[in-house]
Amino acid sequence: MSNQAPLLELKNIKKDFFGNQVLEDINLTLKAGEVLGLVGENGAGKSTLMKILFGMTEIRDTGGYGGDVLLNGQKVSFNSPFDALEAGIGMVHQEFSLIPGFTATDNILLNREPQKKSAVSEVFGDRLNTLDRREMKRLSEEAIEKMGVRIEGSMQISDMPVGHKQFTEIARELSKEQLRLLILDEPTAVLTEQEAEALLDSIRGMSKRGIAVIFITHRLQEILNVCDKVAVMRDGVLVKDVPAAETNVTEITRWMVGRNVEGMAEDQRQAVGGEVVMSIRKLWVDMPGEIVRNVNLDVRRGEILGIGGLAGQGKLGIPNGVMGLYPAGGSVTFDGAQIPLNQPRKCLDSQLAFVSEDRRGVGLLLDESLEWNIAFPAMQIHGRFLKSKLGGAVKWRDDRAIREVTAKYIDELQIKCTSSKQKAKELSGGNQQKVCLAKAFALEPKFLFVSEPTRGIDVGAKALVLEALEKFNREKGITIVMISSELEELRQICDRIAIVSGGRIAGILPASCSSEEFGALMVSSVV
Amino acid sequence: MSEYVRENERTLADRVRHTLKNFGLPRLIIAAFLLLMFIVAPFTGVNFWGQITNVLNRFSWNAVLVLAMVPMVHSGCGLNFGLPVGIIAGLLGATLSIEWGFAGPLSFVMAIVIATPFALIFGVAYGWLLNKIKGGEMMIATYVGFSVVSFFCMMWLVLPYKKPDMAWGFEGTGLRTTFPVDKYYGGVLSNFLRIDLGRLVIPTGALLFFALLAVMIWAFLHTKTGTAMTAVGSNPTFARAAGINVDRIRMLSVVMSTWLAAVGILVYEQGFGFVQLYNAPFNMALPAVSAILIGGATANKASITNVIIGTILFQGMVTMTPTVMNGLINLDISEVLRVVVSNGMILYALTRRTEATR
Repeated sequence: MSNQAPLLELKNIKKDFFGNQVLEDINLTLKAGEVLGLVGENGAGKSTLMKILFGMTEIRDTGGYGGDVLLNGQKVSFNSPFDALEAGIGMVHQEFSLIPGFTATDNILLNREPQKKSAVSEVFGDRLNTLDRREMKRLSEEAIEKMGVRIEGSMQISDMPVGHKQFTEIARELSKEQLRLLILDEPTAVLTEQEAEALLDSIRGMSKRGIAVIFITHRLQEILNVCDKVAVMRDGVLVKDVPAAETNVTEITRWMVGRNVEGMAEDQRQAVGGEVVMSIRKLWVDMPGEIVRNVNLDVRRGEILGIGGLAGQGKLGIPNGVMGLYPAGGSVTFDGAQIPLNQPRKCLDSQLAFVSEDRRGVGLLLDESLEWNIAFPAMQIHGRFLKSKLGGAVKWRDDRAIREVTAKYIDELQIKCTSSKQKAKELSGGNQQKVCLAKAFALEPKFLFVSEPTRGIDVGAKALVLEALEKFNREKGITIVMISSELEELRQICDRIAIVSGGRIAGILPASCSSEEFGALMVSSVV
Repeated sequence: MSEYVRENERTLADRVRHTLKNFGLPRLIIAAFLLLMFIVAPFTGVNFWGQITNVLNRFSWNAVLVLAMVPMVHSGCGLNFGLPVGIIAGLLGATLSIEWGFAGPLSFVMAIVIATPFALIFGVAYGWLLNKIKGGEMMIATYVGFSVVSFFCMMWLVLPYKKPDMAWGFEGTGLRTTFPVDKYYGGVLSNFLRIDLGRLVIPTGALLFFALLAVMIWAFLHTKTGTAMTAVGSNPTFARAAGINVDRIRMLSVVMSTWLAAVGILVYEQGFGFVQLYNAPFNMALPAVSAILIGGATANKASITNVIIGTILFQGMVTMTPTVMNGLINLDISEVLRVVVSNGMILYALTRRTEATR
């Protein structure tokens, strides 16, 4: 066995998206029947790596990748997922791709049904063959059997609990005879504990049959339970590749989050002991993909509070819910007064401001000038940059005041643009983000929510944005709540960091705590 | 060195292409065509100044209807294919004003006054509907226009109008399809301060009236609410996040468009000299839509300049072509050309409609 070429070998895999390096020199090997656990924070490059492996067209559309993928010692290069399927690679995605009105059997064998000839098809060709129902039933049962679970093949997908859907999807991959490598992308995320346990069992079963499995999950304990090897990715680099038996959850968390922690805490200010300025109680927010279930949080006056956590756990839902952009319930008090939810105007009137994570969708008027972008909310909410005409009957836009304030922020935040009349869509991501900040600053708020302020912008702009936020907080005493998926960034400027997990606050720690502590909170009640 | 030159050429070519793209090829072709018509006109024995007068007249009749597109485009409701809704309000104002015995210039003022509440009510209902179907405004608007016109085809017959000038001769009830307004407000604007230079006649009053409305819209777009309207059209989510009540702004824009359409049809009638009922409003929306598109507007950006340029180009072409063609080849293809250009223009604009960038 050992002298054979490994089933899968990745050599020096590199990938960049338009100059933005997302994968660097990834080397991995996987033997037949081996189970590899792949972990890493969001954006670490796990999905990109899997997309390369599975031949997703978006990889080719963005300029391909560097390095080699070897399957059984043969160099392969997939142009489409079909090639990958042909070669025996199966993938189960996080989102189900099943037809709800069809039975499990139909879904498992869709487009690969065994067929029977009939008189009609003899005349008109194979497209009119009938399906061999009995054979289909046998094949699907066989595939389900391989997982070691019990699912009724004749059950409709729409009637199934979530776990069974997940199993059906896996069974579909298993029913393919050529399957040699199965990629499972967070298959347990939607499962209950028992279902997850059954899935882990079935993974062990597959491994015994010689099918190699790559298992991506945020639940670290599962990895230790089922995997032979653990690979940890961070910022596009494979930081660790060790046998699962030789490690533990704490260690993995530390590798995931990064070790360059020491020295960060030096800059800590005296923890702001100020009074509570905003208190959130029993908040729920119905934001698709970022559901908030029950959040209780107190924000102190003058601090920068960070909110971190893994994607989809609800950290983005908090500001969007409080600011009334998504349906929400619970109670929020600010400065002693109740803030009504679901009414953006009321929050803004109480001098709250929000820099949305959705820059292009919510944050900017892409087709308008920078002047409009920066001045518009302040004009509409606080009536600034307006001149009264005809004895106050008409509120005329004061274009000169708008130009002045825009020039001030262009200067202050070093926004790179040809003039303040340039359209927002023509700026780069980093500069667009600065415009969003300028817009919020121009509101002169007492309290600022900033959501993912550095997402998708380059390192230089990142530093500038963080610096601007810090300065705004220190000099004007504005309370800031910053939501970010990058823990390091939160630790740079925040006083305290709350970690959201499973739609709840898992805990609040001072920024000086170690990454393991944060990591443990992040995965504490992942749903 | 040669490489440098090539580089330079490319940028020049790019620049030309860019300018062309900005101006729009169809607009360029139509402008060139119109220019050609004006050059050819004198050689075909057509009265040049008479043609200019014609174009000016047609402009003064139609410009307000084209202006009625602007508010809805600004708020992101798209091109107002439901123009007939406002036109019906205007027609109600016109017929009621005549029915109730107003005459002369006063009948025009009263027609506007009476049309206003109808325009408000229709506008609110129409706006409410458009707020329910965000994203599909233009198609729904087209059908709303159709239904309203058809419904009023019945109403014109049923409503108890009695004035002999308007009613059918035999029965004395139900309105005629077309009737003249020369006893009422025919030419009230066009003849006001009219400049008569012999062959060239300028309908000053009608032009001034359009200018007044255009300045009002321009001014409105510079106010706080007007700014909000543009922002709603540009990115409704942004506007909502800035505390704007998006539905209310859209409603306001629809009401404004509807009222302008009501006034627009009255201006048209005073110039044209007739009130046209029944199916006539069907034929008003498409020319107005294509005029503003020729003027350079898109489905979500329109300015007063677009209105002026577009109306001149469109009406110029419609008036010049038949006469010049007649002079040249004795063949009247004006109607065919009008239909081809107006529908072609709409088709062109809608296919390359740039949704607000996301």
